Amino acid sequence: MRAFQILIDGFAISALYALGATGFTLIFGVSGVLNLSHGAIMVAAAVAAWAAASVLGVGTYAGALIGVGVALLAAFATYFAVVKPIQDSRRIPNEEKEIFVLTGTLLWGIMIQELIAYFFTNNAKTVLPIVEGVVDVLGVRTPKNEIFTAIVCCLVIALLWLLVNRTRTGKAVLAASMNPRGVTLLGLELTNIYIVVWGIYGILAGIAGVLLGMFLGVSSYSVGPLTASAFSIVVLGGLGSVSGSLIAAFVVGYLETLTAYLVSPAYRTIPALLLLVFVMYIRPQGLLGRR
Amino acid sequence: MAGFFTSRLFFVSLVLVVIAATLPLYVSGYVLGLLTVAFYFGVFAMAWDLLFGFAGEVNFGPTFLIGVGAYTAGILNAQFGWSVYLCIVLGALASVVAGLVLALPALRVRGPYFGLTTLVAVLMLQNFVVVFADLTGGEIGLTIPDVITINAGANYWIALGFMTISAAILYGLSQSPIGLVLQASGQDPVQAGALGFNIVKHKLAAFIVSAFFSGLSGALLVFYFGTASVGTVVDVAVGVNVIVSAVLGGRRTVLGAALGAIFLIVAGEFLRPTGELATFIVSAVALLVVLFFPGGFLGAALSREARS
Repeated sequence: MRAFQILIDGFAISALYALGATGFTLIFGVSGVLNLSHGAIMVAAAVAAWAAASVLGVGTYAGALIGVGVALLAAFATYFAVVKPIQDSRRIPNEEKEIFVLTGTLLWGIMIQELIAYFFTNNAKTVLPIVEGVVDVLGVRTPKNEIFTAIVCCLVIALLWLLVNRTRTGKAVLAASMNPRGVTLLGLELTNIYIVVWGIYGILAGIAGVLLGMFLGVSSYSVGPLTASAFSIVVLGGLGSVSGSLIAAFVVGYLETLTAYLVSPAYRTIPALLLLVFVMYIRPQGLLGRR
Repeated sequence: MAGFFTSRLFFVSLVLVVIAATLPLYVSGYVLGLLTVAFYFGVFAMAWDLLFGFAGEVNFGPTFLIGVGAYTAGILNAQFGWSVYLCIVLGALASVVAGLVLALPALRVRGPYFGLTTLVAVLMLQNFVVVFADLTGGEIGLTIPDVITINAGANYWIALGFMTISAAILYGLSQSPIGLVLQASGQDPVQAGALGFNIVKHKLAAFIVSAFFSGLSGALLVFYFGTASVGTVVDVAVGVNVIVSAVLGGRRTVLGAALGAIFLIVAGEFLRPTGELATFIVSAVALLVVLFFPGGFLGAALSREARS
C-alpha cells in the first residue's frame, strides 16, 4: 500500500522534475548557458496561469496557455536582454563570459521574482487544475490531477525527443550542441538555432511551471529551490545530456519521496544533496556526461 | 608593490579611511550601525574576490564559510559560555577547516561543477542548522548572550579597523607573487602548471585565506548582531549579495569588492521607502553594471585613469 503510494507520488514528482530540467540542460548543451533565472521563469508561468484563471476568470485551459505564453516571452527576454548582450560583448573576456552569464541570469531571476512578489504578493498560489477528482490506482487514492501531470510530462518529453531526432530543425539543434563551428560552416545561422532552443526552453519551462502550480502550488519563494533542483538534477545527469537529466530526475524524485514518506518530510532534500556530492567526487562529469 | 604607496589608489583609500574613521563624531548611531554591517559585508566580498577574481574559481557558497564561522562562534558562546574573543578565533579556525573540507573535493572539478559543489555545501549547512535546532536555534535563530560592546561608535571602529586590515592583507596578497600565480592559474591552468607552479597548492592557499577572513568576519558579525540566523549568515540570498557586491565593485580589484558591498547595503537602505521594490531596483542596477560596465566601479575608474 505504502510502496504503491511512494511509487505513484514519486513518479509524478520525478516526471515534473524531468520536464523542468530538460529545457535547462538543452540550453546548456547547445549554447553553454546555465540559466539561473530558470526557477523565476517557471514561477512566472504558474502565477500567470493562476492570475488568468482565478482573477480574470478565463478558464483553466486558457489560463494554462497564457502561463506557457508568459514563460515563452520571459525566456526570449532572458536571451535577448541578458544572455545575448553578454555573449556579444567585447569588453568581457571570453573565459569570463560564463560567470557573467551566471551573474546576469541570477540577477534577472531575482528581478522577475521581486516583480511577482510586488504585484501578486508572496502568498502561495495553486493553479486551478484542469482535471479534478480522485481515482483509485492499485488501492491508492490518487488525485486525477497527479496522473494528468505525469501523462503530460511524459508526452511533452516524447514530443521533444521526436522534435530533436526526427525534424530538420531538431537535427540542426543537435548538431549545434556537438559542434557550433561546424554548423556555421554548413551555412546555418547559429543565432537562429539559439532562438529556437530558447523558444523550446520557454515552452518546456512554462508547461512545467503551470503543472507545478496545479500539483503543488508555487510562491515567489519557490524560485531559488526550483533553480537549485534543476541545476543539481542536470549536473547529476551530466551537463548537456538530456537522457542523463531524465534518469537523474527520477533518481532525485524518488529519493526525495522515499525520504519524505519513510523518514520525515523535513529531511526531504538531504539524501539527494548527499548523493550529488558523492557523484561529484567519484564521477565529476555526472552520470552520462562527457568530459 | 613599492609603487603602490605612491599611487593615487593608495592616497584615495587612505583619505577615505581617515574620513570614515571620524564619522562617529558627527553622524547618528543609525548610520553607524548600517555602515558597521556594510564593513563586515565588505570583508565577505573581498574574501570572495580573492577566490574568484584571482584563482578563477566560481564560489557560489561564500555563505558556507561565513556561516560555519558565525555559527561556531555563536554556539560556543551560547551553549558553552566561552569568552567572546576565544569564540571569534575558534570561529575563524572552524571556517578554515570547513574551507579545507570543501576545497579538497571541490578543486577536483571545475567551472559549473565547482560552483554547484559550493552551492550544495550551503544547502547542506542550511539543512544542518534546521535539523539540529536544539544546538543551533533552528529557523528562529540562535540568541547570543555576549556582545563585544554595545557602544555604536566602538562597534563601528572595530568593523572599520577590521575591514582596513583585511583589505590591506588581501590586497597585498593579490599583488604579491602568490596573487600573480593565482591569476595565471585562473586564466590558463595548463600553462601555469607548465611553468612549474603548483596550482592546487596555490588555490588551496587562496581557499584557506578566503575562508579565514570570511569566518572571522562572520564571527564578528554575530557578536555585533547578538544573534545568528540562517537568514543573515547562511541563506543563498546572502551569498548572492556577496557575489553581486564583488562583481559590482569590480572583480579582481579586491578593494572594489568592499566598495560594492558598502554601496549595496547603503543603497538598499536608501531604497527602503520603495518597500518591496528595493531588491528589484538594486538587482536591476547591478544587472546594468554587469552588462555595460563589466569591470565594475573600480575597474571602470582604474581603466579610465590608465587611459589618460
